[in-house]
Amino acid sequence: MKVLVPVKRVIDYNVKARVKPDGSGVDLANVKMSMNPFGEIAVEEAVRLKEKGTISEIVVVSIGPTQAQETIRTALAMGADRGILIETDQTVEPLSVAKLLKAVVDEEKPDMAILGKQAIDDDANQTGQMLSALLDWPQGTFASELEVGEGKAKITREIDGGLQTLEVELPAVITTDLRLNEPRYASLPNIMKAKRKPIDMKKPEDYGINIEARLEQITVAEPPKREAGVIVETVADLVDKLKNEAGVI
Amino acid sequence: MAILVVAEHDNTHLSDATHKTVTAAAKMGGDVDILVAGENAGDVAAQAAQVGGVRVVLHADGSALAKQLAEAMQALIVPLMDGYDAVLAPATTNGKNFLPRIAAALDVMQISEIVSVEAADTFVRPIYAGNAMQTVKSKDKIKVITVRPTAFEAAKSGGSASVKSIDAPAGPFKSAFVSEELTKSDRPELTAAKIVISGGRGMGSGENFAMIERIADKLGAAVGASRAAVDAGFVPNDYQVGQTGKVVAPELYIAVGISGAIQHLAGMKDSKVIVAINKDEDAPIFQVADYGLVADLFKALPELEEAL
Repeated sequence: MKVLVPVKRVIDYNVKARVKPDGSGVDLANVKMSMNPFGEIAVEEAVRLKEKGTISEIVVVSIGPTQAQETIRTALAMGADRGILIETDQTVEPLSVAKLLKAVVDEEKPDMAILGKQAIDDDANQTGQMLSALLDWPQGTFASELEVGEGKAKITREIDGGLQTLEVELPAVITTDLRLNEPRYASLPNIMKAKRKPIDMKKPEDYGINIEARLEQITVAEPPKREAGVIVETVADLVDKLKNEAGVI
Repeated sequence: MAILVVAEHDNTHLSDATHKTVTAAAKMGGDVDILVAGENAGDVAAQAAQVGGVRVVLHADGSALAKQLAEAMQALIVPLMDGYDAVLAPATTNGKNFLPRIAAALDVMQISEIVSVEAADTFVRPIYAGNAMQTVKSKDKIKVITVRPTAFEAAKSGGSASVKSIDAPAGPFKSAFVSEELTKSDRPELTAAKIVISGGRGMGSGENFAMIERIADKLGAAVGASRAAVDAGFVPNDYQVGQTGKVVAPELYIAVGISGAIQHLAGMKDSKVIVAINKDEDAPIFQVADYGLVADLFKALPELEEAL
């Protein structure tokens, strides 16, 4: 079996995004960039499936600038076999990403696509669901457990009320939630080995996909700021303030 | 303009998130219909008919819709969109699951988790864990939108819409429901509670959450948690408040033993009053707290319980 793992290069998890003063977006100059954390979980899950012998090949694909090669290298160092970079400097919306991924699936014919449920930059939470619609594959989103069997997979999903388990026919799209696994750090020998693994360089045009944006960004603004309040000395003070000043209890 | 709002429910009760989504739809202008997709969900359709300002309730009932799985929802909703200019669903795990699938089938770019309607085609949504607010204008003919319920008031009741039965898709579909493990609690639902008290890694164990639960019961509050507390297995996943968990905006949010990572703040910083109890005075949570108490939570919580 073969698995496709799409990953995105995003602002690092620990960096606080700063809005540009001209309202044109978020300032990413000289900001640390990393693989989307949910994508890391997707790579880890694929590598574990390979280690168990369930799957034989992991193809990682990223859509983004030249530097997204580093993101693919990270995945290769974790244990993926080869990469595809669809290079573009444009902002690519989830719908266009899903269309490009569908084109890759049509070429690669994987049995499963495992990807993060959401990228921590645009917080859209759409790509996996859109890809399954375009492929007419079933979807198992927000997975916290994945069991791959013969021609089908069992997925435990994190939902608002608790957990839900589904069974889907393969091929299928799986999106990862936080509790699916804890991604490994790549070892130095594996980082070295990853440098020799192949990355195919492509352009959106190679797939004949129009990636023109459907949403026009009017502006990006700072959220309303919260001011730090007061430090109270005792629990009694706190209760007094909540009752008599804030009136919330 | 005609707008379809997809109801959030458990086949018995219509969720408040639906009323809030109706408010967002009404702000876009035009006729608002509600779609109730479920199994034996007649009661929900009747409740939806009472939501103020709703024109018609469409009710599709069938076993394939019992859990609103994405594949069945796509089969149901995509053909309905011939008669609508927009479809909205609450940004719950349910809405987030099925709606992008419908957007892609319609060749539309979804607008996720809006917090404000500026015009019928222009919306504000948080990005980067709420550290930036993006205003976008959709060029698509049909608008497909998920709505952050905490950002909108609930539509009032008092409506008397007619209920129209429509056919449920029969399937078969390539996914099947197996089982569910739902957290049982008598406390209010996290996203709808007026008071939320959350614990973090500082709680040390699942057993220690009992201290928080006792206070929650005294205050009629819901219990939440940071990602760290969920990852550590102290509490179930559905307690998680944050960027990728639940977003809450209660009257009072009490954060106990939570340092205040960006991702947690994203889920609670719109609360009206924030209280932080943490022994580390440099914890970032104090920068957003209205009232901070620098204290050992194992001493402070029993005192707080006593004082209430």
